[in-house]
Amino acid sequence: MTQTMTTVDVPEGTETPHKGGRAVRYGRAVPFFVVPFGLLFVLFYLVPIGYAIVQSLYTVERTGTFGPAREVFGGLVQYQRVFEDGPFWASIGRVLLFGVVQVPVMLGLALVLALLLDSGLVKGRRFFRLAFFVPYAIPGVIAAIMWGFLYSPNLSPLKPITSAVDFLSADFVLWAIANVVTWVYVGYNMLIIYSALLAVPAEVYEAARIDGAGPIRIAWSIKIPLVMPAIVLTTVFSIIGTLQLLAEPQVFRSFSSAVSSTYTPNLTVYATSSVPNFNLAAAFSVVLALATFILSFAFLKFTQRKGVQ
Amino acid sequence: MSVDAPVRNKVQESLLSRTAAMLIMAVCTVYFLTPIWWLFVGASKSSDQFTSTNPLWFADFDLFANIGDLFAYRDGVFLRWMLNSILYTGGAALLGTVLAAMCGYALAKYRFRGRELIFNVVLSGVLVPATALALPLFLIFSKVDATNTFWSVFLPSLVNPFGVYLARIYASASVPDELLEAARIDGSGEIRTFFKVSTRLMTPALITIFLFHFVAVWNNFLLPLIMLGDERLFPVTLGLYSWNTQVNQIPELRGLVIIGALLSITPLVVAFLFLQRFWRNGLGAGAVK
Repeated sequence: MTQTMTTVDVPEGTETPHKGGRAVRYGRAVPFFVVPFGLLFVLFYLVPIGYAIVQSLYTVERTGTFGPAREVFGGLVQYQRVFEDGPFWASIGRVLLFGVVQVPVMLGLALVLALLLDSGLVKGRRFFRLAFFVPYAIPGVIAAIMWGFLYSPNLSPLKPITSAVDFLSADFVLWAIANVVTWVYVGYNMLIIYSALLAVPAEVYEAARIDGAGPIRIAWSIKIPLVMPAIVLTTVFSIIGTLQLLAEPQVFRSFSSAVSSTYTPNLTVYATSSVPNFNLAAAFSVVLALATFILSFAFLKFTQRKGVQ
Repeated sequence: MSVDAPVRNKVQESLLSRTAAMLIMAVCTVYFLTPIWWLFVGASKSSDQFTSTNPLWFADFDLFANIGDLFAYRDGVFLRWMLNSILYTGGAALLGTVLAAMCGYALAKYRFRGRELIFNVVLSGVLVPATALALPLFLIFSKVDATNTFWSVFLPSLVNPFGVYLARIYASASVPDELLEAARIDGSGEIRTFFKVSTRLMTPALITIFLFHFVAVWNNFLLPLIMLGDERLFPVTLGLYSWNTQVNQIPELRGLVIIGALLSITPLVVAFLFLQRFWRNGLGAGAVK
């Protein structure tokens, strides 16, 4: 809460800090460098956040059933609606379940592949690195369209599987989407972890090798602890991505009737704003952004504390 | 027990782990590449053969005829979408990279009041997901009657706080203060020094920032979805999505969606493969801090 509030409350004057300071000599150049980005950041980041909060505090009132609508200050009325909205919380629960399963699977696979690439056991490293990274070039919408076809029983090359299991049914579609996300992002996460591994000097492993530690022991006791910061970073980005899930489920609505218009929190925001009920949609947005912020922040703090011990 | 038994065991063990490792790599390669292979094969078939022949192998090679059909459909709206995507993503990423580089550079190389505050505010911007901004941006743009315009998608796409964060790290690492001092002594102004000297030193970093920015805009689906109503302004992702939602009513669109998907990802896949080392460099620096 406080974090987001401080982002909003920053006075605009701080964006052009040319007065005072220690290196006054070059002070004149600073606004030239900072103001263009700063201005756009204020206009298209801070103002929208502030505006969403303001909008979420209003409510639309009508005089009579068909009377003219007007916006009046409603306090926390919209937030009360958010907290009473069953489908919204069901969608939060759904993406949390999704995240608890998909993020560890995806990062686990990325870690294993990065360790294998780094282990010296694999020939043709360059080829595999490229092959695993290719899906990252494909935007979520297109990836979801491709997999949507691949899951469809009558088109799929996986016919033996898709005729036995309906991936687009209510029971499986969440995991079908999880597979699309995993497919796109494993290579990207693998590359982050792999570049962290490359940064470790070889001498670090020498001593362990002389002591007779095998590759698995070295990976477990030396490599993984060393690349922990990279894993934490990818986890935070994955948590953010999971709570924001939108494009893939939105596409899957064309393939599967099991994906409702409130399937994920962001779909709820979109559906509510199409009604249109902008005030409620703004309240959903604010709650979702806060939840994302708190969750990724808490994870960062949690891992930092563990790192100290 | 003979002496060489443990040695033989060791050799066998190493052969075993090599085989196991390669097996895992092979299975993953199949998993990652099959959908793309399927897309390529599918795009080369006529719609009859698409359903009636082996989905993973070619029938009559009609790729170019299919591309012709796609380009001709509805007065070439697909080409228009591709052009829009280039402008939205390429344009915004290019300009956005310059802006982020300038800001990150100043944060790294100059001491001024409010520097840490700006950096922290921008850094918390990294944790604010782009999708959370789409709706309020729509409301703001509708206040000034500017929704459903090119600028309503382009302008917000220029801002990339993560780019500033990366630019600051790279500028600290790759532009030595002594060099700037020398440029000052030579009488070069700060702005001139930045464009003539510092950007050159930062070039690999700038390419990395550009790539990150490009992908962020390219993947931002909610903003154009909420903002745009006019089909002629769509980026290609939104265009293909809109066709895909109509496949049940207009079955001929299915083939076009598949060919369109292939064409829209091809330039990016190629570019990614060529620029891969910049990803690695950048990610390394990003993960260290």
